[in-house]
Amino acid sequence: MRPLAPSLLACLLGAFAAALASHTPLAAETPAAPEGLQVRIGYLGYTPDPGPLLSNVIGEPRNAGLRGAELAIIDSNSTGRFLKQRYELTTASVETPEELLAAAKAQHADGLRLFVVNAPAPLLTQLAAHLPDSLLFNAGSADDALRTDACLPNVLHTLPERAMLADALLQFLVVRQWKRALLIVGPRDDDKAYAAALRRSAKRFGVTLVAEKPWTFDNDQRRSAQADMPLFTQAAEYDVVLVADEHGDFGEYLPYNTWYPRPVAGTQGLVATGWHKTVETYGAAQLQKRFEALAGRWMNDRDFAAWIGVRAVASAVTRLGNADATAIRMLQLSPDLPLDGFKGRKLSFRPWDGQLRQPIPLVQPRALVSTSPQDGFLHPFSELDSLGFDAPESRCTLAERTP
Amino acid sequence: MPRLLTATLAGSLLLATGGAFAATAYVSNEKDNNLSVIDLDSLTVTATLPVGKRPRGLALSRDNTLLYICASDSDSVQVMDLATRQIIKDLPSGADPEQFALHPNDRWLYISNEDDALVTVVDTQSSQVLAQIDVGVEPEGMAVSPDGKWAINTSETTNMLHWIDTATQTLVDNTLVDQRPRHVEFNHDGSQLWASAEIGGTVSVVDVATRKIVKTLRFEIKGVHPDKVQPVGVKLTRDGKYAFVALGPANHVAVVDAKTFEVLDYLLVGRRVWHMAFNPDESLLLATNGISGDVSVIDVKALKVTKSIKVGRYPWGVVVTP
Repeated sequence: MRPLAPSLLACLLGAFAAALASHTPLAAETPAAPEGLQVRIGYLGYTPDPGPLLSNVIGEPRNAGLRGAELAIIDSNSTGRFLKQRYELTTASVETPEELLAAAKAQHADGLRLFVVNAPAPLLTQLAAHLPDSLLFNAGSADDALRTDACLPNVLHTLPERAMLADALLQFLVVRQWKRALLIVGPRDDDKAYAAALRRSAKRFGVTLVAEKPWTFDNDQRRSAQADMPLFTQAAEYDVVLVADEHGDFGEYLPYNTWYPRPVAGTQGLVATGWHKTVETYGAAQLQKRFEALAGRWMNDRDFAAWIGVRAVASAVTRLGNADATAIRMLQLSPDLPLDGFKGRKLSFRPWDGQLRQPIPLVQPRALVSTSPQDGFLHPFSELDSLGFDAPESRCTLAERTP
Repeated sequence: MPRLLTATLAGSLLLATGGAFAATAYVSNEKDNNLSVIDLDSLTVTATLPVGKRPRGLALSRDNTLLYICASDSDSVQVMDLATRQIIKDLPSGADPEQFALHPNDRWLYISNEDDALVTVVDTQSSQVLAQIDVGVEPEGMAVSPDGKWAINTSETTNMLHWIDTATQTLVDNTLVDQRPRHVEFNHDGSQLWASAEIGGTVSVVDVATRKIVKTLRFEIKGVHPDKVQPVGVKLTRDGKYAFVALGPANHVAVVDAKTFEVLDYLLVGRRVWHMAFNPDESLLLATNGISGDVSVIDVKALKVTKSIKVGRYPWGVVVTP
C-alpha cells in the first residue's frame, strides 16, 4: 500500500502535477476540473450501545463504517491525483446523538456539504433536516420506513434496507423449496422491524410461517441452549427456522439446536448482508485486501456502505468536474452513472427512494452460499429491483423533487 | 497482444521445416493453481501442470519456448520452460501480479501489481527490476505497442489508461475511459488501442497518435440485462477484419467489424467468459469461461461455437503455441 500514506501521497501529488504540467494531462473525454479541486466529505458516526448481549464472544468492530469511508478516500485520491482532485474526510465518531448533531453543524459551518452518516434512523432524520442543502449517504440505518414513507429528499441509502435483505433471503428459500418457516422474534424494536420485513417477504414469495414465537428467555443461552432451544422450537413441521435477532443476543444458539434438524436463516445462520469477507469475485478480492491492509480486520456491510457512498461521490465528481451536492444528487438519481461496487453488476440508486440497488450476498460465517436476486425472479426494469421496495411500494419520488 | 501473434507467426515459419506438431493451448486455472494443456488437433486436455498460487495472466516469449505465468497469490511471475514443462525461475514481479505484457525486445516484462497500484518492469533475462511506476488503483490490463514505444496499463478503480513511455519508463499521459477498464489490446499496426470497460459495459477504441477516443462500442444482447454485459478480453484478427470481445457474465463473445466498428454477432459461450487466444492460423478462437470451468472453441470463419473443453476450476488466461 505504499502510494497510500498521506505524506507520500502529497509528494506524489506534487510529482504528478509537475509531470502532468509538461504534457497534455488528459484526453478530451475528461471534464475540465478546476485547478486543484478539493472535495471534502464529512463522516458522522454514532452507534448506540446495544446493551449486554449473549453472543459476545466475537465482538463487532467499533469503527465499522469509518474505515470503509477512509479506504474510499484513499482510493479516490489515487484517481484524483491524475485529475487534480483531492478528497479529504472530516471524521466525527461520537458517543451521543447530541454530539453528532453538534459535529454535523460544525462541519457544515466549515463548508462541508457531502456527508456519510452511520447513525440510527431517527438521528439520520434529524441530521437531514439540519443540513437541507447537503447530500447525505445513509450507511448506518436499514430502516424500511426511511425508504417508504420518510422520503428524505437529501439522503441516499447505501446500506441495504431490511426489506432487501429479507427478499434476498426468501428468494433463496423459495429456490430451495423451503417454503414452511418458523419465525422467532427477539424483544428489541430492531428485531421486530426485521421480523416485519421477513413477514412481508414471506407473503411476497409464498413462504408460509407455520408459527411465530417471541423470544422471552432471560437466561444465559451459552449454558442452556442445548436444553432450551429444542423445546422452544417445537411447532408444526417447518423447513427452516427464521430468526430476527439483529444484535446477536440469542440467535447464534439456534443452529444445531432446533427441534427438527433444519437450517436456520435470518440474522444468524444463513445471513443476507450488504457485504462479507467471503465476497471475492468481480474484483472484490482486491477491495477486501486493500481494506484489510488498512483496517487490520475484515470489511463488513457498514464499511462497504460507507465505502460505496464516498466512491459514489468521487464517481460523480469525476463526471461533473465539480463537487456540488445538488448536481451530485441529481446525477446519482439519474440512470447515467453506473457505480462499480465489486458485486458483479453495475450499481445505481433507485430514483424513487434513493436506495442503492445491489446484489445481496447470502453468507454463512466462512462461505458465500449464494447471491440474490435468484435466477427466475424477474422484473420489467432490473432484477435487482425484485429486492426491496419497488417504485409502486414506496411513497417516495426523490428524483422528481429538489431538496 | 500483437506480440503473441508475431511470435506465433514466427513459430509457424519454423514449424514449416520442423514437421507437423499440433498447436498447443495453455490455460491458467485461477482456483486450481495449475495450467491445463490442450492439444488443438484433438481439442482435448492432454496434461495439467502445477504452478504457483492463483495463476492468471499468461504470455509467451517471442520464440514460444518460455511461458510467463502471473502467479498472483505467490506474488511472482513464474517462467516455465515449455520443452520440459518445468518452472525454471521466478521473476521479481512485485505483489499480486495480474496481467503483463512483453516488450517486442523480448526482455522487458510490464507487470501490473493489482494491490499496490504499480506497474513493475522486469528484465526477463537478468531478473532485475528496471522500474516501478505509480499508476491508478487496481492496475490490470497491460499492453505494449508493436513498435515498443508505449506500454499501456489500465487501472480498474481509477478508470484510466496510463501511457508509459518505454524509453524513460515514466508515466506521461492518462486517458479517462469508462468504469473498470479491464483489458487493453493494440491492433496489429499499432495505430489503435482497444480498451474494455467491465462496469461501463463498453469498449473504447483509442487513436494512438492523438491519444483520443475515436469510438465507444456498446453491446446489446437480446434477453440479457445490460448490467450483465461486462466486456473483458479483446482479440483482433491479424487481417484487421474482426475484433472479438468477451462479455463476461453475459456469457457471450461479441464479434465486431474492426473497420466499421459495427457489432456483427454475439456468440453464446460458457459462463463468465474472460480471455481469448487464436490458434496460429486464426481459424479457431479459444475463450476461457470462469464459472463453467471450460474453454469454448469458436470457428472464426463460420463465427460459430463448435465445442467446449472442460478444464480446471476458474480458467482465466489462455495462450497458444504452434
